[in-house]
Amino acid sequence: MKSILTGQQLTITIKRLAHQVLENNINLENTVLIGLQPRGIFLSDQIVAEIKTEFPSVNIQYGKLDITFYRDDIRRELHLANQTDIPFSIEGKKVVLIDDVLYTGRTIRAALDALLDFGRPEKVELCVLIDRRFSRQFPIQPDYVGKSIDSIISQKVKVYWKAKDGKEEVTILDALDA
Amino acid sequence: MSLSAKHLLGIRDLSREDISVFLQTAEQFKEVLQRPVKKVPSLRDITIVNLFFENSTRTRISFELAEKRLSADTINFTASSSSVSKGETLLDTVNNILSMKVDMVVMRHSASGAPHFLAKHIPAAIINAGDGINEHPTQALLDAFSIREKTGKLEKVKVAIIGDIMHSRVALSNIYLLKKMGADVTVCGPPTLIPKYISEALGIQVNYNLKETLEWCDVANVLRIQLERQNQVLFSSLREYNLTYGISRRLLDELHKEIIIMHPGPINRGVELDSDVADSKQSIILQQVENGVAVRMAVLYLLSNRNAISN
Repeated sequence: MKSILTGQQLTITIKRLAHQVLENNINLENTVLIGLQPRGIFLSDQIVAEIKTEFPSVNIQYGKLDITFYRDDIRRELHLANQTDIPFSIEGKKVVLIDDVLYTGRTIRAALDALLDFGRPEKVELCVLIDRRFSRQFPIQPDYVGKSIDSIISQKVKVYWKAKDGKEEVTILDALDA
Repeated sequence: MSLSAKHLLGIRDLSREDISVFLQTAEQFKEVLQRPVKKVPSLRDITIVNLFFENSTRTRISFELAEKRLSADTINFTASSSSVSKGETLLDTVNNILSMKVDMVVMRHSASGAPHFLAKHIPAAIINAGDGINEHPTQALLDAFSIREKTGKLEKVKVAIIGDIMHSRVALSNIYLLKKMGADVTVCGPPTLIPKYISEALGIQVNYNLKETLEWCDVANVLRIQLERQNQVLFSSLREYNLTYGISRRLLDELHKEIIIMHPGPINRGVELDSDVADSKQSIILQQVENGVAVRMAVLYLLSNRNAISN
């Protein structure tokens, strides 16, 4: 097991991601942030908190999206759904999708399908903490990246969040370690 | 959390965990039904037959809507317009339908145990939409979902089931489910409509006094007087039933708290419920119908996946 980002590095990286999102979306009135369930929301919660400390007066439209019912491997095993909560319209808005790890791209494919059932956004961007850049199975690329890593399929990338796992760290695990 | 059930034949066969999975998934589907596009692609590879050997509007429409909102293909079958009237057996009918590559069966039948019989003989997932006087599991799930939505819990909630307990599959499924989830249950109705040993058999209370029962409960689930199942006279007249066991505005106003009124429908207005009770803000009858679609979507979604694994 190898550490890719320590807790301290993670905090700095998330701050940077929040600032990059802000840089491209000065006017947050027309932008909505949507975290992907289940583990993307730990990142999106922190990005939203960061933007709030930077601009306390700004009103951020922030939602959570679960993609279970749109998965392409629905017949392989039973997937239980998590809560979706998008209490605003995304029609004509710029949407920033937020997830922890971008790997095959299949989750994002499903997320795009799910998102379009809420309306027609003007534009969709993708923000991820970790980009496993050589493992893509669909033509999907991120717009904001915390850290790009070169990994092979047999390796596992795990992001730990304080709110869920009691510590904050990103590690890479070889198949042999497991 | 995982699901161990392969069919939904009755609440009696379900574990507490299975019930929780159904209810929790229904919550997510309730959100789907608020979206601009109220539809998900989850079951687009699945074909479902709705086999209704007994009349139904609400349950059939609710199932059909749930299937369509999940993108499943559906076929409707009613016994009166089929070869059943030519004498075909249940198993032959179902096997013929299944040979046309149908994946799931939703069935209502007047014989208690009909879906259990089918489950032993065919490979498809079976969902019981009401069998005789045995069970109506999706109704119990949607009732529990509605109670939990309104009160925030099921544990320790006091539920009164009022009316024809003897002939009611809704009552039996509700009792099984509420007991499994830790609620308190009292049944109330004329002694002729309550099975004699129900208290010992199912671990519930019996009270023949309506006012006392209403004073005790948080939720009153009022059953329909099933005129079509009364082949013997079990109470003297509908008017007498209304006077003794019908719920009126005046009766509710005399209580020391505001209780929740439920009814599985269709209502006999002026018999078990007066109109000003059925249409009051205490009644969640229309929310029950709304929740019915979400609950049935959850059942179909979860069991369609089980079916795929075993194949």
